[in-house]
Amino acid sequence: MKHLVNTWFAEQLSEHGMYTNYLADHHPEQMPCLEIRFIDWEKAAETARRLEMRLVAVWAAEGGCHEQDEGMYVYMSFAHPEHRHALVRTLLGKTRREIPSISKHYIAASRMERHIQDMFGIVVTNIPDERRWIKHEHWPEDARPLLRTFARDTRMEQSEGEYPFVQSDSEGVYEIPVGPVHAGIIEPGQFRFLAVGEQILNMEQRLGFVHKGIEKSMQGRTAEQGVRLAARVSGDSTVGHAWAFAQACEYAADIRVSKRTSYLRGVLCERERMVNHIGDIGAICNDAAFSFMHNQCLRLREDMARQHARLFGHRLMMDTITPGGVTIDLSQQESSELIDDTRQLAAEVEHLRTIYADNPSIQERVIGSGSVSISDARDIGLLGYAGRASGDYPDERIEEAYPPYDDLDVNIPQGKLGDVATRVWVRFEEMADSARMIIQLLENLPEGDVLTQWHAPEAGVSGFSAIEAWRGEIACWLRFGENGVLDRYFVRDPSVINWLGLELAVREVPVPDFPLNNKSFNCSYSGNDV
Amino acid sequence: MMRILKQLVKVGTITEPLGDANNDIEQVGEKLEPIIRKRFAGSLAIRAVDAGSCNGCELEIHAANNAYYDIERFGICFTASPRFADMLLVTGPVTRNMETALKMTFDAMPQPALVVAMGDCAADCGVFGRDNYAIAGAVSDIIPVDVVIHGCPPTPTDIIRGILTALES
Repeated sequence: MKHLVNTWFAEQLSEHGMYTNYLADHHPEQMPCLEIRFIDWEKAAETARRLEMRLVAVWAAEGGCHEQDEGMYVYMSFAHPEHRHALVRTLLGKTRREIPSISKHYIAASRMERHIQDMFGIVVTNIPDERRWIKHEHWPEDARPLLRTFARDTRMEQSEGEYPFVQSDSEGVYEIPVGPVHAGIIEPGQFRFLAVGEQILNMEQRLGFVHKGIEKSMQGRTAEQGVRLAARVSGDSTVGHAWAFAQACEYAADIRVSKRTSYLRGVLCERERMVNHIGDIGAICNDAAFSFMHNQCLRLREDMARQHARLFGHRLMMDTITPGGVTIDLSQQESSELIDDTRQLAAEVEHLRTIYADNPSIQERVIGSGSVSISDARDIGLLGYAGRASGDYPDERIEEAYPPYDDLDVNIPQGKLGDVATRVWVRFEEMADSARMIIQLLENLPEGDVLTQWHAPEAGVSGFSAIEAWRGEIACWLRFGENGVLDRYFVRDPSVINWLGLELAVREVPVPDFPLNNKSFNCSYSGNDV
Repeated sequence: MMRILKQLVKVGTITEPLGDANNDIEQVGEKLEPIIRKRFAGSLAIRAVDAGSCNGCELEIHAANNAYYDIERFGICFTASPRFADMLLVTGPVTRNMETALKMTFDAMPQPALVVAMGDCAADCGVFGRDNYAIAGAVSDIIPVDVVIHGCPPTPTDIIRGILTALES
């Protein structure tokens, strides 16, 4: 455990003349929430940027049980490699419904601010992109789904409108509209390409198609009911999302899980990292017609899924994590079986890697394609393997060092070039490291219970967590209301930020190389749209 | 190249063979193949649409295509266009934002078309709930459904069995 109360950011803000107040009903103390004055909002973001902090998220919430004035609050959160996370919030008051944009300092804030506009009707002034985001054109103008006055089961009327895509009237520029139903078996979303000949000039994403009202739907559920929903924010990172949710709940309720629990969670999360990296590497190769790799990777993926079904009762490891613990346990024999399995898997992956690295047809396609420079990666705040490929290395397993990672040494593969080849390289490296950590965790698996009795915190208490899932950092903030049910749940999947990286990467890439780039990022649609 | 060949020989054929009475896939596959041969000239084209899924169902559809299950050996292929698809395989609760796209995909198919609603969400909105402003309804609320496959997500075996049920209906 690092230092207990994190005062660094508050000190920095006060040095710049900003008044801050620690919120006592927010946990954990090492990731504090500071209340600042409304007039300091943009200045606080500017200061964070100057301190080389990265933006974690921007979100809003109506006042909870402790805030009797029915005010509206806007939150933002930043992280620093050495000084960890800090949350900042400001009160909009009873009547004011606008907030200045911080997109000038953090470009990734733009889509999250559009989300706030759509969901709360708060006007974000000076926002560089005023278009709707999740609230598609057929929603009525006055729909504000996350306000208390908006009933969850509201049947919205159908309205008309068209999304204004970026256009070009230059000679020779043509558009390729794609989606929302894609050609393959993947999630829905729209891409609009502007191209000249084979070269992409601009690729624009329009998402929100799989918006399932998860934030609203979570309200009124207990933590134990809610974790089932959190586990389905994005089905491929079900362990990551369930863990982030459970840990935020545990922080809020001041519950410490057993060491055995955290070790098992680590095993689940690292297995999830491996299974997704394997699948994605196969899919990248398939998009370059190297179907041998695709089939080999699918084979390993299936082997893993069957192992998970046997040991954890679910092929994708869904519903294995719950507030207070895990719902699975491993016997001595199962544990050594999983060690052998992981070791063998890592060896198979390494063998496939040599075949991949020696194959000129695939190397020709991935090397140098879709580069994102280190400065662009920092501007956006790219997360996970996308950031690590470009030379920016945020990793919560090191920055926050939550259990079990306080007992492990995490090696971060340090990419530099930021192209498809480097993103694949980072993923191969991460798999080897994950395998090493799984084996280490299982060999040293402590004895003990896997479930601590869950009890809800008092009403009005909030918790925040940041978990390094396989795509990168998942940030989760939630607040409890009366009777132990949640009254606000906010989650930021790493895809919310990494989608911007893909837009940037494919500029000046030939159209046929788009699928390779897309798969190398493999952002989640469901996690973005919530 | 030699290494690729070596790996192929080493792994061998992993596709689970027909005629194994203990294996679900084989029992289902044995029934599936003659129906597809007779009624769909040997090839059943499926268009998969994610109408709001969490992506879990998509992972299992991919798995049904891996070498263990090898759904293609029964004559089943996934197509990019609804224009020549025989079957629509829909996942997820239908979100408000996907409702129109789903209807348009269904309308683009030649009739009669089979519709399979896959997963608990497609069946009855699942964990996301029907009482939700963002959800238009279960798949059967939007387009006519022939068969429902339950599961969160259904396993590849469930998927193949569900497709067989749809063909037998």
